[in-house]
Amino acid sequence: MTTDWALRVSSLGKIHGSADLRALEDTGPDIGTAKSAITGSIVAAWDVGFEVSPGEALGVIGESGSGKSTVMRCIAGDQPSTSGEVHLRTVDDGRTNVLELDPSARRRLRISDLAVVYQDPAEGLRLNVTAGGNIAEALTAAGWRHFGRIRDRAAELLERTEVPHSRMDDLVGTFSGGMRQRVQLAKALANEPPVLLLDEPTTGLDASVAAGVLDLIRNLLEETGVAAVVVSHDFAVIEMLTTRCVVMNHGRIVEAGLTDRLLEDPHHPYSQRLVGAARA
Amino acid sequence: MNTPLLQQVLDRTTPVDDSPASHLEVNFGLLDEYSKREIRRAILTAVAVPGYQVPFGSREMPVARGWGSGGLQISLAIVGPYDVVKVIDQGDDEGVNAVNLRRLIVSSTGIPESTTPEDSTLIQTRHRIPEDPLDERHTLVLQVPVPEPLRGVERDMRELARMHAEADYARMWVSLYEDKVRNGVITRTTGYPCLVNGRYVIATTPIPRWDVPRLHRSRFLALFGAGREKRIYAVPPHTDVEPLTFEDVPFEVEVTPGASCRTCSSTESFLVEIPGATAGDGGHWVCSDSDWCRRNRERLQHPSRGDRS
Repeated sequence: MTTDWALRVSSLGKIHGSADLRALEDTGPDIGTAKSAITGSIVAAWDVGFEVSPGEALGVIGESGSGKSTVMRCIAGDQPSTSGEVHLRTVDDGRTNVLELDPSARRRLRISDLAVVYQDPAEGLRLNVTAGGNIAEALTAAGWRHFGRIRDRAAELLERTEVPHSRMDDLVGTFSGGMRQRVQLAKALANEPPVLLLDEPTTGLDASVAAGVLDLIRNLLEETGVAAVVVSHDFAVIEMLTTRCVVMNHGRIVEAGLTDRLLEDPHHPYSQRLVGAARA
Repeated sequence: MNTPLLQQVLDRTTPVDDSPASHLEVNFGLLDEYSKREIRRAILTAVAVPGYQVPFGSREMPVARGWGSGGLQISLAIVGPYDVVKVIDQGDDEGVNAVNLRRLIVSSTGIPESTTPEDSTLIQTRHRIPEDPLDERHTLVLQVPVPEPLRGVERDMRELARMHAEADYARMWVSLYEDKVRNGVITRTTGYPCLVNGRYVIATTPIPRWDVPRLHRSRFLALFGAGREKRIYAVPPHTDVEPLTFEDVPFEVEVTPGASCRTCSSTESFLVEIPGATAGDGGHWVCSDSDWCRRNRERLQHPSRGDRS
């Protein structure tokens, strides 16, 4: 394994309800459920681990309810995890488990160490603020205090994410879904984070718009050298953006490997079903 | 004014004891000593943590909440027998609200009143800081309608508490950014947000921008009381008060080119516009600080006398 990871996740787990670990015995892909009959709790994710290097994109794929978004939210700090460790290279050179940081230090990571693009742009953006203002929020949080430079930087980012310059001072609430997602990308990249989490970034967009946004994301990942985690239920997205991926089912990783190989030759029965469905 | 209750106050027959006979008597400064203690504790916390909004148990006062009850509670909690009180409303000592509050303070304490900052020690104000320089002798008590500077960008109280706790003021900056983008200038005039002691952002009440620089490293203690919102905060003497502004967008105070006070001709005081009575009358400008204006006029008429500053 390489040692130059930007993000390392190990043994990440999230149990909703009682933290009684007996719940692990009767949940998971082999049992076919995430809900424990013993404790009544739901094992949304367990023993999830992976590393992502700079410039690399890792896919997390699985059906709805498989725990992939839970994993992302635990890494992002939107949800507390039950167990596990998350290390970022930029935080104490990767020696600190960021899950153990206090909530305020955790939130500060979101300024320039870790950015998230949500499926719903309303989660990552303020719809009653202009596109430029949304980017200004990320920049001022990082200490930018020069109006002219904030304007220039926002314009540059919006140009990179292909938002017309004429719309920079329009409220994001007036934008189409695809355009909002481009603004969200611009905001996420504002402080050049070394790690970017993308949660279903094109789900909910119509096919042609989604293709455009996907193209953009792929180019941005290549240009910026960011370490990305792409969470999606859609193999087409994973195939286009990532080189490696993990398959999740009922809260556990059932298979991991190179995306190409996994698509050609899935080993786990669940992966086979998933690929079969995508290829149908 | 001559109700038996207030007469007792004026007679200064206000012993503090628990005897049944004393239940109608009013304490020095109207508030009972327990209330004063609670308010003073909040004030001490506010002074110790400049800019932090300290919750306090705002009491029912003889004025409605939102009419200066917060400032009044501070004044009555800190007033002492050797104080001289001045109360202004929009810079005017003779405003109805100012007169009523001043009467209440004077009648419940028996202390003297003044309109001149030079002679005063306790100055309660709405909307202005007196034009005269204040110093160590003065305590400025400001009546605050909305103490929360972030109210315009966030409504959730828990989120507001978190933003203050983490000094997360990015959204305040966004609102300034948006203002500048939309209007070309930062249009916010009263209650301009300021960073106190490099830590907390405060609402500078509805004082105009004109007065904001005078809070910066001031020689006097400024106490802010919001009765309706039940908050007290403070700017202690010699504390940094920096208006939030972008590096390339300098903070500016209100100036109307060519305007001067109609009564004292001043161009260097904060002026307010008095609209004309008829359509053809363009209106005129006068000093907002009526007492300063009066003395300025006297000084100009009799240069030898009355020039104390």
